[in-house]
Amino acid sequence: MYAFEIERPATIADAVAALQDEDAQALGGGQTLIPTLKARLAMPATLVSLTGIGEMKGVCLSDEGALCIGGATTHGTVAQEAAALYPALAALAGHIGDPAVRNRGTIGGSLANNDPSACYPAAALGSGATIITNARTIAADDYFQGMFATALDAGEVITEVRLPIPQAANYQKFVQPASRFALVGVYVAKYADGVRVAVTGASESGVFRWTEAEAALSADFSAAALGDLGVSAEGMIGDLHGTPAYRAHLVKVMTGRAVTAAG
Amino acid sequence: MTKVTMTVNGKAVSGDVEGRTLLVDFLRSDLRMTGTHVGCDTSQCGACVVHVDGAAVKACTMFAIEADGAAVGTIEGQANADGSLNVIQQAFQDHHGLQCGFCTPGMVMSAAALLQENPTPTEAEIREYLEGNICRCTGYHNIVKAIMAASGQDVSAIAAA
Repeated sequence: MYAFEIERPATIADAVAALQDEDAQALGGGQTLIPTLKARLAMPATLVSLTGIGEMKGVCLSDEGALCIGGATTHGTVAQEAAALYPALAALAGHIGDPAVRNRGTIGGSLANNDPSACYPAAALGSGATIITNARTIAADDYFQGMFATALDAGEVITEVRLPIPQAANYQKFVQPASRFALVGVYVAKYADGVRVAVTGASESGVFRWTEAEAALSADFSAAALGDLGVSAEGMIGDLHGTPAYRAHLVKVMTGRAVTAAG
Repeated sequence: MTKVTMTVNGKAVSGDVEGRTLLVDFLRSDLRMTGTHVGCDTSQCGACVVHVDGAAVKACTMFAIEADGAAVGTIEGQANADGSLNVIQQAFQDHHGLQCGFCTPGMVMSAAALLQENPTPTEAEIREYLEGNICRCTGYHNIVKAIMAASGQDVSAIAAA
């Protein structure tokens, strides 16, 4: 790693102030950023650790019935504390990486990084979440802007994520066994006004909504309703783990499984 | 350099570290506590698992400064007060849960965290909890058996190795 300083602010305001420096970078749980620094793929002068900010931690229910998760809340905490409120989300959080990774990695860090194979982007997009930063609120539909790209401005911090709680939901992840990231992951959530289907791991454009499946499932919430639908292999990721056609095929398989499991 | 203070296995320690100093390097190089191992240095293998405020974490993927003020537990703190092996360590010996031993500190620390959360895990729960701990010798069966035994459960149904 190149040398850098670490600051540990105790409030969002102090963190935002520290991040005004253009050579400063936010540090969540570090489960992606620290390996990135070790590979010398980033060279910040200062890391601003967000994990000491009490007001950015925890899980609660909003007055409107949405699940609110502080940006610095670990996957392990979400797995435990959201279990009764939003079981599908808790199950997703409880299968990210491994237990030690889940004790450090945070929802804000995952969404800010927007790895094309990460799990949380599928949950946020599939739930029609609202991403709340120190400066504004961003709808999930506007937030994800391609592989590792988001609507966040430099120095902007995800302070909270609000996820409307669906009537039924499920996440099915086809795991790439070495990394435990999703080779393809599909999040299906059924709301009173329709079904949302979000796919991670598959596309070169990052997480996306499979709108044709959403329409079919909104009319009939069963795997059979997917019928002849399918996603095109064009634009899908191809690597040594799977071809674009293989990933496109998996999208439909995992969607069907998620619908069946959601019940 | 920044001064950090924490407790390690109940004992107060402090030292001056750089921003980039990893917790595992602080433990091994500054405190000379070399029981915590570095296997892959990429947060895959779990040989470096320690407890920070009771939670299992990979000490190669956390900065020492982030552990400032925390209670850290390492393999050196696992033995009983009289120096004898604790129940998990003894079970690893009894069930041949190691061969070369390199992964063992992380395995024992992960096992301790699991049993703290879930005192009587199933075989499947043990295997899932060890997803982030890689062993290249044993094929895992005897590690699973040892953890099962440490939890006071019957191990006769675990695959023989």
